[in-house]
Amino acid sequence: MDDRDAPALAIEPGPLKRTPLYEQIAAQGARMTEFSGWEMPVQFTGITHEHQAVRTAAGVFDISHMGKFYLQGQRLLAQLQALVPSDLSRLQPGEAQYTVLLNPQAGIIDDLIFYYQGVDSAGVETGWLIVNAATKSKDKAWILGHLEPTGLTFQDVSATKSLLAVQGPRAIAQLQPFVPIDLTSIPVFGHCLSEILGTPAFLARTGYTGEDGFEIMVEPETGQHLWRSLLEAGVTPCGLGARDTLRLEAALGLYGQDMDDHTTPLEAGLGWLVHWDSKGDFIGRSVLEQQRQAGVSRKLVGLQMQGRNIARHDYLVFHAGKPVGKITSGTLAPTLQRAIALAYVPTDLAKVGQTVEVEIRGKLYPATVVKKPFYRRPA
Amino acid sequence: MAFEYPEDLKYLDTHEYVRLDGETAIVGITAFAVDQLGDIVFLELPEVGDTVEKGEKFGTVESVKAVEDLKSPVNGTVLAVNLPLLDTPEALAEDPYGEAWLIKVQIDDPADLEDALSVEEYRAQVEGE
Repeated sequence: MDDRDAPALAIEPGPLKRTPLYEQIAAQGARMTEFSGWEMPVQFTGITHEHQAVRTAAGVFDISHMGKFYLQGQRLLAQLQALVPSDLSRLQPGEAQYTVLLNPQAGIIDDLIFYYQGVDSAGVETGWLIVNAATKSKDKAWILGHLEPTGLTFQDVSATKSLLAVQGPRAIAQLQPFVPIDLTSIPVFGHCLSEILGTPAFLARTGYTGEDGFEIMVEPETGQHLWRSLLEAGVTPCGLGARDTLRLEAALGLYGQDMDDHTTPLEAGLGWLVHWDSKGDFIGRSVLEQQRQAGVSRKLVGLQMQGRNIARHDYLVFHAGKPVGKITSGTLAPTLQRAIALAYVPTDLAKVGQTVEVEIRGKLYPATVVKKPFYRRPA
Repeated sequence: MAFEYPEDLKYLDTHEYVRLDGETAIVGITAFAVDQLGDIVFLELPEVGDTVEKGEKFGTVESVKAVEDLKSPVNGTVLAVNLPLLDTPEALAEDPYGEAWLIKVQIDDPADLEDALSVEEYRAQVEGE
């Protein structure tokens, strides 16, 4: 057999980095893979098993590879406003906004979450940015290049803090015994400073699976202790394989595949991040205005294959015998038991119900444009 | 992890095996390959009467995370295809050397298998991986 599906990810030169959980994860027999310069678990027992655990109970992921920036400064929100299309001035302390950094062409530099912590009596505002691992250095340079350096604190704690995601319908119940506050009192996309196992912890009700749950930033020793404790309580350890199938069923984009420097939020289905009316200028705004007026020429759509063949990253999408677009992500959706994919197609082919074809190993297979997300958790 | 590799089979470094039955080659993939692939979800195999070429692709096996070519160990003609397996490719995880064979091939020249790996050579290869 020939492996021709090696992940096409930007690997930084030098040895692979390991998170503080590496020893525990390796000792559990997880299969490891390279991801953005990190040696990360792709699966423990199996992608489908881990996926179902998160959909029906609770799973825990080591996501310590992600970039973690602590920011503090006068007019921090007002300055960050210029870098993102979302209106950060709407945020109250304890709220968060998923958004994107845009270049002048309105291309997406990265997608990230900004967690606003609040303002002190001197007017100093504080917040966290959690960004993708592969884009961390690029984001840091871009942000530092655009913020007023006087009085600004920018700490890159990516290497010194651990980040765990506990996700699934049972996630909160499983996490509650280790936390002194009532976790259900934190709203979705809310966050707070509290404690885990008696040590300081940042707790955020966010995730990347389409399920309820928390993302938890702690010191490495606390992270190791929490990982062990959750597993003892019956939470399923999950790898990046299940993280990918879970986020794809929920139609959550993956940076570098479903969006990049050459796609705009309007093309990527992230138009809801652009708060046209309530905020002023931001980098990329004029290009987005033009796109909004003229209409985008292509759109990211959800595809469902009619058969079991999986349409994968970079496979061509055809219509009327001609290549018209490309698959950006695809998998066999474990919950749905259907092959699903995200693809960029011309706007006139982006309507739900439209039939297209995907070229898989030299043959064309029918697919239908379907509504996103592919999976929505029961209310 | 240690896997079973039957003594009476020939192996390819690309993780296919051959069970010789007279001039018929029964071709499958090894327990190591099945484990490496993870959850197998899709299988493409040739049809009876198709010819296969040594070292060339005769089908594909696809898991949630990867798609890989299946390489033929011999030149020959496909005599039989494991059709039930096309509907239940996950059964490869249960019995890759028995029920979950892939194709049976009428071999053109048995000498094709002279450079295939013995069980000792194959085990040495995968345990080094």
